[in-house]
Amino acid sequence: MGEFIQLVVDGLAMGSVYAALGLAIVLVNQSTGLINFAQGGMAVLSAYLTYAFAGMGLPLILAIVASVIVSFALGALIERFVMRRFEGGDPDTAVVATVGMLTLITGVCGWIWSYNNLHLASLFPAASFGLLGAAVSWRSLGTFLVILVIMLGLQALFRYTKLGLALRAVADNPASSALSGLPVGRLLMVGWGLAAGLGAVAGALVAPRLTLTPGMMDTVLVYALAAVILGGMMSPLGVVVAAWAIGVLENLAAVYVPWIGHDLKIAVPFVLLFIVLLLRPQGLFGRKTVVRV
Amino acid sequence: MTLLELEDVTAAYGRVQVLESVSLSVPDGGAVGILGANGAGKTTTLRAISGTVRVGGRITFDGKDITRLGPEKVAALGIAHVPEGRGTLPNLTVRENLMVGAYLRRDAAQVRADIDYLLELFPNLKERIGSNASALSGGEQQMLAVSRAFMAKPRLLVLDEPSLGLAPSTAKNVYDAIQRLRIESGIAMLVVEQNANLAFRIVDSAVVLETGRSVLSGSSEELRGRDEIRKAYLGG
Repeated sequence: MGEFIQLVVDGLAMGSVYAALGLAIVLVNQSTGLINFAQGGMAVLSAYLTYAFAGMGLPLILAIVASVIVSFALGALIERFVMRRFEGGDPDTAVVATVGMLTLITGVCGWIWSYNNLHLASLFPAASFGLLGAAVSWRSLGTFLVILVIMLGLQALFRYTKLGLALRAVADNPASSALSGLPVGRLLMVGWGLAAGLGAVAGALVAPRLTLTPGMMDTVLVYALAAVILGGMMSPLGVVVAAWAIGVLENLAAVYVPWIGHDLKIAVPFVLLFIVLLLRPQGLFGRKTVVRV
Repeated sequence: MTLLELEDVTAAYGRVQVLESVSLSVPDGGAVGILGANGAGKTTTLRAISGTVRVGGRITFDGKDITRLGPEKVAALGIAHVPEGRGTLPNLTVRENLMVGAYLRRDAAQVRADIDYLLELFPNLKERIGSNASALSGGEQQMLAVSRAFMAKPRLLVLDEPSLGLAPSTAKNVYDAIQRLRIESGIAMLVVEQNANLAFRIVDSAVVLETGRSVLSGSSEELRGRDEIRKAYLGG
């Protein structure tokens, strides 16, 4: 029983890491209609910025805040000067552009900070406490709670605020939104900025766990995208629940299904994804879109 | 008093000149129709007004030159455009569409009152208030598009073929509601409509476009009495 609980706790901790990036992807999708493959790279860049600010002597929490602010500005500038050129055209082209940016950003990070493993301190202590026979680290609990707060914040942003409604309107139909006086360009910049700021938080949570390298988000991005599809593109709650489910199920499968083991456990979320999409194409928490013709 | 004035407006899509010279005016509180065959430039004229296409000539609204303004600024000045094909926000609910229409407003209590007013005017929308716009019928989407534009509390409502694709009875209902909006709010309207019989129900005057030029204008009564208008637009 102790082993089972330990696997669940560790799975939730890892799932929180996937959720952090997944939420940033949902944020961009809800505010621009795009899937942003560069989100992982932007989170890595933000983690390096946190590392650099901390290296200048700023306390870690202030380094993270500074990184969030700079990342917000960078995200907005990327939208304005890179993505804006693609947004009016074929969405597939824009998605390919984000893949190109992912490569560019991780390359720039490697060029500036090298490809060696760097250590970014964690906001939370590494010590553990006992819970039902399992050892739970304060770091895992802290990550879990931060993700919970961000998820609730995003849910509230999109459901109950004028800004959230405007972001969704622009993602849905920018031309029509402009006719209602919505400042489409500025809202797109805000959407990218917010996602980049959220990516900075994700980077600060993930880097101490995985060690800071330009490629640290590559695998996380794959899991995060699986969580986004599984949970439903429009639902922050769905993405977090899906990310937790992925983290827990892959851990349990690795230990309790002998032929899967640790080598094949990465396949678990995708088998899960396949099954869910067959039964519920809009994802676990997504809304079915009905179109009258 | 003239609210909107177009003077020799021109517009092109790439090398294709769509508007050669369009002039018209809409009085404050008045309703003007634009008639014309397919390709005459009716929709482009409305797009020129709302700032979604680059134009030459001069467009003034309430004395201000809006010729070079983008759609967001034009909307902020008080022009609400219901584009052809409705232009609702398909993945937002009916209520959310109405709230987006009121994006620039700060009078929350009046916004709620206006939503109630519109739901009374369009009872179908009241029943579908929590449904996504994509799930509405064509008629309901048109009602929603008009309502969303009205939520901006505009001084001029620009309507592009409100009856397009609707069953005759639905189109009549939509026009009845538009007429009621006009009477009760005093809002000025500029209406493009292929179905001139419907347009003449609500407009005081009209302009006829041919191949990008305004070639004829007059009061509704005057135009209805002209043979060429009857033959071309009123079914003989």
